Amino acid sequence: MKKESVNHKYSQLMDIKNVNLSFGGLKALIDVDLQVNTGEILAIIGPNGAGKSSMLNVISGIYVPQQGVVKWKGQIRKKIAPHDIARMGIARTFQNIALFKGMSALDNILIGRNILMKRNIFLEMLYLGSSKSQEIEHRKKVEEIIDFLEIQAIRKTPVSRLPYGLQKRVELGRALALEPELLLLDEPMAGMNMEEKEDMCRFVLDVNEQFGTTIVLIEHDMGVVMDISDRVAVLDYGIKIADGTPDAVRSEQKVIDAYLGVG
Amino acid sequence: MLRDYSKLNTFSKVLRNNAEVYSNKPCIREKEYGIWQTYTWKDFYHQAQVLASGLRDKGLKRGDKISIIGDNRPNLYITIAAAQLIGAVPVPCYQDSVAEELQYILEHAEVKIVVVENQEQVDKVLEILDRLPNLKTIFYDDPRGLENYKNKEIHSLKLVFDTKDVDLSWVDSEIEKTSDDEIAVMLYTSGTTGRPKGVLLSYQNIISVTSKACEIEKTTVNDEVVAYLPMAWVGDFIFCVAQSYLSGFCINCPESRDTLTTDLREIGPTYYFAPPRVWEGMLTQLMVRMQDTAKLKLWIFNYFMVVAKKWGNDILDKKSVSIWGRCLYNLGYLFVYGPLKNNLGLTRVRMAYTAGEAMGPDTFLFYRSLGINLKVLYGQTEATVFVSLHRDSDVDPNTVGPAFPGVEIKIEDDEVLYRGTGVFKGYYKNDEATKATVNSEGWVKTGDAGVLDKSGHLKIIDRAKDVGKLNSGKMFAPKYIENKLKFCGIIKEAVAFGDKKDFVCCFINIDLEAVASWAERNNVAYSGYIDLASQDQVYDLIAKEILNVNKDLSKDAELFESQIKRFLILHKELDADDGELTRTNKVRRGLILERYGKLVEAMYKNDKECFIETEVTFEDGKKGKISADLKIKDMEVFDLEGVAA
Repeated sequence: MKKESVNHKYSQLMDIKNVNLSFGGLKALIDVDLQVNTGEILAIIGPNGAGKSSMLNVISGIYVPQQGVVKWKGQIRKKIAPHDIARMGIARTFQNIALFKGMSALDNILIGRNILMKRNIFLEMLYLGSSKSQEIEHRKKVEEIIDFLEIQAIRKTPVSRLPYGLQKRVELGRALALEPELLLLDEPMAGMNMEEKEDMCRFVLDVNEQFGTTIVLIEHDMGVVMDISDRVAVLDYGIKIADGTPDAVRSEQKVIDAYLGVG
Repeated sequence: MLRDYSKLNTFSKVLRNNAEVYSNKPCIREKEYGIWQTYTWKDFYHQAQVLASGLRDKGLKRGDKISIIGDNRPNLYITIAAAQLIGAVPVPCYQDSVAEELQYILEHAEVKIVVVENQEQVDKVLEILDRLPNLKTIFYDDPRGLENYKNKEIHSLKLVFDTKDVDLSWVDSEIEKTSDDEIAVMLYTSGTTGRPKGVLLSYQNIISVTSKACEIEKTTVNDEVVAYLPMAWVGDFIFCVAQSYLSGFCINCPESRDTLTTDLREIGPTYYFAPPRVWEGMLTQLMVRMQDTAKLKLWIFNYFMVVAKKWGNDILDKKSVSIWGRCLYNLGYLFVYGPLKNNLGLTRVRMAYTAGEAMGPDTFLFYRSLGINLKVLYGQTEATVFVSLHRDSDVDPNTVGPAFPGVEIKIEDDEVLYRGTGVFKGYYKNDEATKATVNSEGWVKTGDAGVLDKSGHLKIIDRAKDVGKLNSGKMFAPKYIENKLKFCGIIKEAVAFGDKKDFVCCFINIDLEAVASWAERNNVAYSGYIDLASQDQVYDLIAKEILNVNKDLSKDAELFESQIKRFLILHKELDADDGELTRTNKVRRGLILERYGKLVEAMYKNDKECFIETEVTFEDGKKGKISADLKIKDMEVFDLEGVAA
């Protein structure tokens, strides 16, 4: 299996301890501990308003918790600018697609490589020297992603004209273009039909297997979560109530209570 | 360029010669990573030799069978060439066959090695592997998803191609050993009845027929074709492989099935073939899109289509046309036909064929009037494709053209018989069937009922065994009626019944795209295929078309009793995965009669409605059930002169 073949320096990519996050009087996360292990697919689940998206934003560095420690590869991480997050190797997709609607699928994915491009405005203007070879190299990488996601037919189509499922796929492509170590997926299957979901699951698994990318995802479809995740963390009212393999989590009484309600 | 095919009498000899003569000319292209990657004849020959060595290492010997399963990919074409270098027989299979269908062919042909395109095909072969004692090796082209497969039978083609220092010294002597009566390829016929049969074609069959075809069409090394039809179909083998070998032109493999239209446009083939379904689909799509354009554009389009209809075909046939007509046509070319052809990717088409089924004269003339040299070809796998073919300036939309050079045609008991150099060597392991098809004088029965007209053109009426009689004693030719129905854009498939009955009834499959577009423009709400197919307004729409067909039939003294009295619209599309169509999309009457017998009964019992539940097979092989209450509608029929009864 490839997971062993990829040489990971850290067994824990991210270690989050005692995180508290509140918006005014509203406590979104209360004393949450969460580890993200290298190479795994971790699902964060929970009822509406449980704090899943907040958790994802803490991981990505958009939110800085009022209390608690976030360690990235063993180093404590402070407040951080968005482009530095990308440079650290964290990429994400959004719950409601955030693509450039008027641009083609190809261009959207190419944008994902923005931070990997080295620029020299004069060479770029003349399309000389390294800027040419760089362009070719990045285009090649993007074409590989297009091939990987099987979206050759829509390469040149403006994304606004694409159906929802394909837009989601393009967004995944853009995140992959960054060659991330950690990929955050916010409800990647929401609003999809059965077939689109099956496709998406396969791509998520393939990304994890072929590129060794660590994946954290939020998802409401329990079938999907239980099928593809290595580990599941459950949040309820900002508190982590369970963390373990899909099977273990499924039989946890607290989880059943949170989902079905306690009388 | 004329070459001496008495010396170059096998494909390996031709290929070796091509590598010398055409060495750096493109032989095959494939779009990968968004760019067309080219193999020259030299590359192609080299790769074929390397792969042949790899196949020899796996124990492939002269006369062994090797199967190829997948979409049109250069590596699969290289596999065919490699097998022929060794003297092994390639057996291409339909890539969308389900595992059981594959099992029959692989077992019957005693295939030793299969070369497949991707994981999908590997999975299918693995599913049936334990039932195939002869099959020891599976090669795959695209490694995606196959990293974790541990089966010892599975090997990557890439590893073979990457082998360094391959000993190729055996190749030349092996090429000399091949002779023209050897089997070049074995192709399984799709089989509208019973099991598929393996048709054996020799080099002599293929080279003699193909060289004549190249002569008629004057194919050159600069022609371009797009290979997109199944590799298991004899047409792909002749039009792409054989003609490319003999003329040296380039085969272009599209990136994927979804990108075909874009790829066509990029390549601009000069030589194009498509079954009527594709031509009709293209026209339907075009008309649907034209309905959505601005009024002025639509008016210009309609105006110049009238112009094209009036003069286009004559101009193409190089007949004399008035100066006024020519001027208008050229203007139309500037505004409409040129851009339209460009949009369809047909700008450079010099010769285009359609075959396999009848095509509506309107559709046929539409393309010809645009200046596309579309011709009908009538053929069979058993004839190495060509039985008859339209020639330039001698095209009649109602016929399938005069006999192909070297082919004799005769009609016996209404059935079309032919003989010639292309006649196959027999069905594999099925002498009984061979004897039933080919008589001692070499005449082959086509199973089609037809007539030869005064100008020597052949006209096909129907499958001979499908032609029946109504209770009144009049002839009933189902396909003739079905084709008439299918000529209108909104009917995708039709099945007519009437043999040994008092009147004719039929099933209809609507064309989803065309009817959906109509529904949108007319504010008809629907949830899906089943819903749309059951709407009263859709029934009325279809009824209008059937009325036209009835009117047409009523003008023919032989056929006026074949007018359609009752019809229903099926709740599902007839599908090859459910066995209702063959892999080449021909209707399997027997099976449909069996599966939908209840509906047929209801139609003849005067019921107004009938409940039906059918099993459907999804693309991944899973099965499900769908059910519906189908309405049956009565039709008006006309008297012989075309007056409503």
